[in-house]
This record gives sequence, structure tokens and C-alpha cells, in this order.
Amino acid sequence: MSHSVKICNVVKRYDDFVAVNDISCEIKQGEFFTLLGPSGCGKTTLLRMIAGFNTIDGGKIYFDDKVINNIEAYKRDIGMVFQNYAIFPHMTVFDNVAYGLKARKVPKSEIEPRVLKALDLVQIMNLKDRKPSELSGGQQQRVALARAIVIKPGVLLMDEPLSNLDAKLRVQMRTIIRKLQRDLNITTIYVTHDQEEALAISDRIAIINSGRIMQVDTPATIYKKPQNTFVAGFIGTSNFMDGKIEQIGPDGVARIKLDAGFEFSIKLKKKYEGRVKISVRPEQFIMNDSGESGLPGEIQMYTFLGDFANYEVKLKNGQIIQANEYTKDIDFVREIGHKVNLGFNPEKVSIFNEEGTEVLS
Amino acid sequence: MNAESAPRRNLTKYFNFWNFVKYGSLLLLLVFLVYPFFSVIIHSFLDSDGGFTLASYKTFFTKPYYYRTLWNSLATSGLSTIFAVLLGVPLAYITTRFNVYWKKCINMLIIMSLMSPPFIGAYSWIMLLGRNGLITNLFAKMGITTPPIYGFGGIVLVFTLKFFPYVYLYVSGAMSSIDRSLEEAAENLGSSKLKRVLTITMPVIMPTLAAGAIMVFMSSLADFGTPMLIGEGYKVLPVLVYEEYMSEMGGNANMAGALSVVIICCSTAVLLIQKYVVARKNYVMTALRPPIVEQLTKGKRILLTALCMLVAVIAFLPQIVVIVTSFIKTNGPIFVQGFGLESYEKIFYKLSKNITNTFLFAIIAIVIIIVFGMLLSYLVVKKKSKISSALDLLLMFPYVIPGAVLGISMLVAFNKKPLMLSGTAIIMIIAYVIRKMPYTIRSSSALLYQIDPSIEEASINLGVSPMKTFFKITARMMAPGVLSGAILSWITTINELSSSIMLYSGKTATISVAIYTEVVRSSFGTAAALASILTVTTILSLLLFNWVSKGKVSVI
Ligand SMILES: Nc1ncnc2c1ncn2[C@@H]1O[C@H](COP(=O)(O)OP(=O)(O)OP(=O)(O)O)[C@@H](O)[C@H]1O
Ligand SMILES: [Mg+2]
Repeated sequence: MSHSVKICNVVKRYDDFVAVNDISCEIKQGEFFTLLGPSGCGKTTLLRMIAGFNTIDGGKIYFDDKVINNIEAYKRDIGMVFQNYAIFPHMTVFDNVAYGLKARKVPKSEIEPRVLKALDLVQIMNLKDRKPSELSGGQQQRVALARAIVIKPGVLLMDEPLSNLDAKLRVQMRTIIRKLQRDLNITTIYVTHDQEEALAISDRIAIINSGRIMQVDTPATIYKKPQNTFVAGFIGTSNFMDGKIEQIGPDGVARIKLDAGFEFSIKLKKKYEGRVKISVRPEQFIMNDSGESGLPGEIQMYTFLGDFANYEVKLKNGQIIQANEYTKDIDFVREIGHKVNLGFNPEKVSIFNEEGTEVLS
Repeated sequence: MNAESAPRRNLTKYFNFWNFVKYGSLLLLLVFLVYPFFSVIIHSFLDSDGGFTLASYKTFFTKPYYYRTLWNSLATSGLSTIFAVLLGVPLAYITTRFNVYWKKCINMLIIMSLMSPPFIGAYSWIMLLGRNGLITNLFAKMGITTPPIYGFGGIVLVFTLKFFPYVYLYVSGAMSSIDRSLEEAAENLGSSKLKRVLTITMPVIMPTLAAGAIMVFMSSLADFGTPMLIGEGYKVLPVLVYEEYMSEMGGNANMAGALSVVIICCSTAVLLIQKYVVARKNYVMTALRPPIVEQLTKGKRILLTALCMLVAVIAFLPQIVVIVTSFIKTNGPIFVQGFGLESYEKIFYKLSKNITNTFLFAIIAIVIIIVFGMLLSYLVVKKKSKISSALDLLLMFPYVIPGAVLGISMLVAFNKKPLMLSGTAIIMIIAYVIRKMPYTIRSSSALLYQIDPSIEEASINLGVSPMKTFFKITARMMAPGVLSGAILSWITTINELSSSIMLYSGKTATISVAIYTEVVRSSFGTAAALASILTVTTILSLLLFNWVSKGKVSVI
């Protein structure tokens, strides 16, 4: 049975630089949990703290109810898959996978069937007698994965395991990883900076920026209900527009006026007054040739992308907006210079405070 | 933070294996390297009653008998360096850029001449060009008198031939790692070939060339056997150190100490120049596309091959001479007509102790070198800290200290209780370990830098403690580097003369010491037989080295 992981106010400092800044989150038993964020945000640092390769300068990490801060790395019962595989070059595939079992003093008679089963799970049974130098990148990755899961670890950690593979193999491998993780029911913490990968593979995602957690949620919620402008901008494409709350009723319904010249009403969940930021995804715009309910603008650029078309639209205040239109919905092309009106459903877009740190809708 | 468990954790962290290795080695180096070295410095400032004085230094810088040796040392080393460059660079250029025949063979001959026992060159050139030499007699029969080999000229000749391989090996390495595009670009810009070599190729290899030249200079400066044998009246510093120490017997070593300090200052200065002036601008890159090897017409090809072969064979000649003369019949110390095994019979009868000493001491030293070299290179490369960089610096120190100086400093330091070691085998083994460990450390470090740190982490992560991980994973992966380094340490240990000659006693004399004493007694046949044993062992070890390192590790 794998562990749940609780991270409480964890801090990592390199001299004056705070690489992990007061991070807290809980990972449920059997969950596939992803750390996602831009390069240098501290994902690897946090993962290595869990693995025991980085010291913990503040806070606590629990496996189930046990604090692991002071447990040595080799006693933590963790499986780890490294970005560059880290296969032992002087051992065969079989011996690589058996290594962790031998260290655990598993009886000889048990080792062989377990290794073979693990190799079978990652579909490389036929390579068991090869040396690592005779394997392709994808095959080495499978060895690394088999080596990590064969010990039935309490927690499985993976640091960008797919980043050295080509695009097609990446998709193939991530399906294998996900299926394996479900079947074995191993708590998994996965690091990536590829948002598509994160959305596809995870139960929940933690978005990290500059050593802080920005949001922890399921992929769909992260995409649809970003908690701040960082998440809205980092996941997918978002158009940010400035505006102002003109008036607010006692029922919480606010009248918002955008600087680009459009007004709409929406019921806010939080009390707020003053300037706001709204974020609209390109596919949330409803594009019309004319009409009043929407942002007036002019098409600047048009890119045909198969199932949809992307437009760059210049608004009245000079801001350029990305808007998508599904090609199955229309049978003509909007020309450059064409005047359009961009409407949207206020219930679906995100409204933030002026600093972009808090969602209001 | 966990208030209660933090101190306990610090404690266990403090007593782990690597800290033990770290502080243990530091202690050993302090006792066996730093302490002797400071003893010598202190002795150089003492008078015979133990009071402070600058008299030794004053004597050195005012009496021509003393200060002239400094000049002699610098002159022979400097001139040999210039000749080594003039010989090594064109040779490297030819072998890397033209399709000469037998490149591997030429290379091997040159490497072997570098690795030969230190005084074999001097000995063989005396056999050929000395007073009663083979060539001298040949020319004398034709009525031609050859210039004398003894003194300045002879020293420079032997140094040049023995040490030019440094320049050759460094430069040919650099030459073959210049990316083709660099020279092609110059060609595109319309430069002639000569201009291209002078304006592009030479500046790029300059730092490497300088490093090679400095190796020649330092090795010449530290060499003791050659000037001792062939110098006769022409004295250089290491010889003077030896003579002073021998005449000061009784262990004062004040003047010898001062001389040692002077030598160390010279070589440290040269090393600092190399580190801060030359190493700064290193352009050598890993070539994506190695330079083009020019295809020559048959005639030119044979001509250039002959030229390179000639140089390589002349450099290797001493070893041939030694082996051949070891089989010449002797009558007492005098060679007579015909071949025989008398010389070998004599050494096995009289000097077998020296032979067993050499191999016994070397084997013990190598075992220690392998264990420590492995652990220390790991500390220096993978466990960076203030102490490990201090260790790194200390370990490079023996490069700067000539063997004779190291010998004296150990004698000065360990001639009284509690560490009464002089005259024992232990002191010789310690000297070998300190002097020869850098070879092993350097070659294992080179390999360690290529080992991805996550490989060790993967092992730890799988439940194997860091110490076990070192032995199960890292040590195994380091093995080829350690082994090839250890072979070099081995070769240089069995051939070591300069520290042995200071430290040996009747019971602990080695082959090289015996060769020296036999030559001094003009017993050339036995000397040749002993030297042949060393040469053959060296050649076999080098072949083993090539096989182990698969040509990936350089001897320099
Ligand atoms: N040993 C170290 N000393 C000093 N700073 C460090 C050290 N290791 C990491 N850092 C810094 O900590 C920050 C976080 O690094 P980390 O490796 O965790 O980033 P990451 O999120 O994994 O990025 P990437 O996606 O590029 O792998 C970076 O700014 C990095 O420069
Ligand atoms: Mg990272």
C-alpha cells in the first residue's frame, strides 16, 4: 500500500535565494500529482527534498503520519525516475531492475519473477540481457521505470522523465506511465514543464511559480477556473483586459466596464470595488460581423489551423486580442481589415482583482 | 524545525564515512607532506646550533659555487625546453596532418622514451658518445674527434630527447581537436597555408603548447639522474642538493634545505605562471569535425615517415642500447667481444635484493595509491568543500617538489622519535605514494567528471546506503580510470631514482639505486642488465596501459 504525502510549509534556501518558499499541499494515497511550472521555479528542488537528496530548511514532509525530514534518502522507500534515466551502465537490464530488490534482501527465488513481471509491464521483456549502451532512449526510460516500480515503492517520483524523448514517443510513454500507475495504485509525484502533458496525465496539478504554489486543482478546474492571472496565462492562452467596476448592487451583481469599450453585468463571489482584470480564452469569444453586445475591433491577421482559425483582432484602445473560431461553424473566411464584434459569456470568463492575485467571479 | 532530533542528525552526519576519509587523509597529508616540507624550510633558516640565521641563503647568493648551479639549472632546462618545442611541434604537426605510415608505432616509441627510467638516457649516450663510446671510437678510427658529451651539451641533449614527448603529445592532442571549420574559414578568406598555420593554428594551440613546454621545463629542473651521470663538473641544483646533504650528514641539512627552498620557489613560480597566465585563455574545443588529414604522394609520404621515424628511434635509442649492452660478454667490469648472459648472472647473484625491493615496494605503494586515489579523487570531484579543495591543492603539490627535495624533507622530518623512519622501507613507500599518487588521482578524476550524479542517486534511492553505493556503483564505473592511472603510477614508481637515492639504506636499495651505484663504479654491464629489467617491465606495463585504457586516456 503506497503512502499519502503531506507537505507542510516547506522551505529551501540557497544562501539568500529562496528556491522553495513555504509550500504546503497534500497528496492522497494513489493519486497522480503533478508539479508544473516554468523553468527554475523550484520543481526539481521540491522533488529532491521529498527524495532526500536536498535538505529541508524549514517545514515538514510527512509520509502518512510519519515525518520524514530526518530519514536518510536510502531508507525512504521511494522509487524515482530521473530525467536522464540514470541506468547503471555496467549492469544488464535485468540486473538494473533487480538492484533495488537485492538491496532489500528479497529472497533470490522471488527476485526473478518480480523483475520479469516489471519488465513485462513496461513491455521490454525481450531486452532483459542487453547492456544499457545497446538501448534506445525510449527503452532506457522503460528500464528506469521498471527499476523504480519493481520495489513497490511507497511513493513514486518522476522528474521530467519524458523530456528527452521525441514527441510521438512522449505521448506513447505517458499513456504507459498513467496506466501502470493506476493498475499499481502508487502515489506518484510527477514533475514537468509541459502543460499539455500535465493536463493529460494528472489527477491533480500544482502550479508553481518562483518557489510558491499558485493553485492546486484538477486539470479541468485549472484550465477553466484559474485562481490568478499567472495560472490563467501559464495554462493555455488567455487574453487579459483591464476594466473597472462601475457600480455594485446589494445582491453582488457588478456592472463592469472594459477600457476597450464594452459593459456587462455579472454576479461576483467576492466583495470588491475599483479596477479589475478579466481573462478570456480565444475560443470563448463569439465572433459576429456586427451587433452591439461585444467588443468592436478590426481583424489584423488570420491563421488557418485546420479545425479552427485564429484571428488577431485590434480593439478600439489599440490592444491586440487572440480569438479562435471553429471552422466547422463557418463556411467563409473573415478578411484582414474586416470589422467584427467579439462577444462572450460573462459567466464563463475569469474576473480578477487589479493585481491579478485573486479571482472574483 | 525538529528541535529534538536535529542534534542527533548532525552527529551522525559528522561521523559518516566520507568525513572519516576526508579528515583522515588530511591528517596523513599534514603529517607526511606538509610537516616534512615545513621542517625543511625551518632547517634552512637554522645554523648548526639551532639558532635563527640567513647564513645559508647568504652563502647561496654570494658564492659562485652555489649560485652558479641555479643559473646552470635554468640554462639547461630553458634550452632543453626550446629544443623540445622545436622538435615536438613540427613532429606533432606532421603526424596529425599528413598521412604518414605507422603513426601508432611512432607514437608508442615516443611515449616509451618518455616513460623510460630517468638516467637511462644519460647512461646510453655515454655508451655511444662518451670517452670510450661506440660512436666516438668509430669516428676516432676515421680520424674524426666528436665533441665531448659531458657537461652542458650532454645534459641538454638528453633532456631534450627525453622530455620533448611532452610537447609532442600535448600538441598533437590539441592539433587533432581543432575543428576543421576554423581552418576552412581562414582558407576561404584566402590565406596561404603557411599563413594559416601561423595565424590560426598556432595561436589556438598556444596554451596547450605552453603547458607542454612547462612540463619539459619542470621535469628538467627536477631531474637528478641525468646531470649526475653526464654533467661531470657541470653542476645543477638537484645534484648540489644531493651532494650538500651527503656532506652535511648528521642531519643538519641547513644548506641542503635552503637549496631545496630555492628549487621549490623556481618550480612554483613556473607553475603559477602556467596557471594564471597561460591556462586563462584556453581555446581548445572538442572538434565536431576533426581536421583533414592531407593525403600525400607516395614519395613525400615515405620521406616524412622516415623523418618522424628517425626522431622517434633516436629518442628510443637509449633503451635499445641498454638492452643490447646487457647481453655483451664482460670480464669483470670490462666489456669483451661477443654476447653472453654474465651481466644477468651477476645481478641475480649479487643484486637480487634490489630487484625484489623494487617490486615489493612498488606493489605496496600501488595498492595504497589505488585505495587512496579512488577515495580522494571522489572527495575532490564529488564532495566539494573547503577541505576537499585543500586536499586537491596538497595532492598537486608533489608535482612541484623534485624527488630529491621530497627525500630530504622526509629525512629531516622523520629521523627522530616518535616517527623514526629513516632507513626503513616504510619511508620509501610513503615517498612513492606521495609522489606518484597524482597520476592515479588525475586519471580517476577525469573519469569521475563524466559520471552523472543521478546514477549514484538512483542507487541510494533504491535503498543502498551512500557508502555501499560508492563501492557497488561508483567504484566499478571508475575502475578503468583508476587502473590506467595506477599503471602510470606503477611505471614511474619502479623507475624512481631521485627520492630513492636520498632515502635508501643498505637493506632498502632499489634497482634504480643499484644502477646508479653500478654506473658510478663503472660496472656498465650489470647496470645495463638492471636497466633492461626496468625497461622491459615498463614496456610491458605500457602495453597493458594501452589495452586497459583503450587509447582513451593519455599518459600525460
Ligand atoms: N545547488 C543550488 N545552488 C543554488 N541555487 C540553486 C541550486 N539548485 C537550484 N538552484 C536554484 O533554485 C531554483 C529552482 O531550481 P530547480 O532546479 O528546482 O528548478 P526547476 O523548476 O526544476 O526548473 P527546470 O524546469 O528548468 O528543471 C533555480 O532558480 C535554481 O537556479
Ligand atoms: Mg528541474
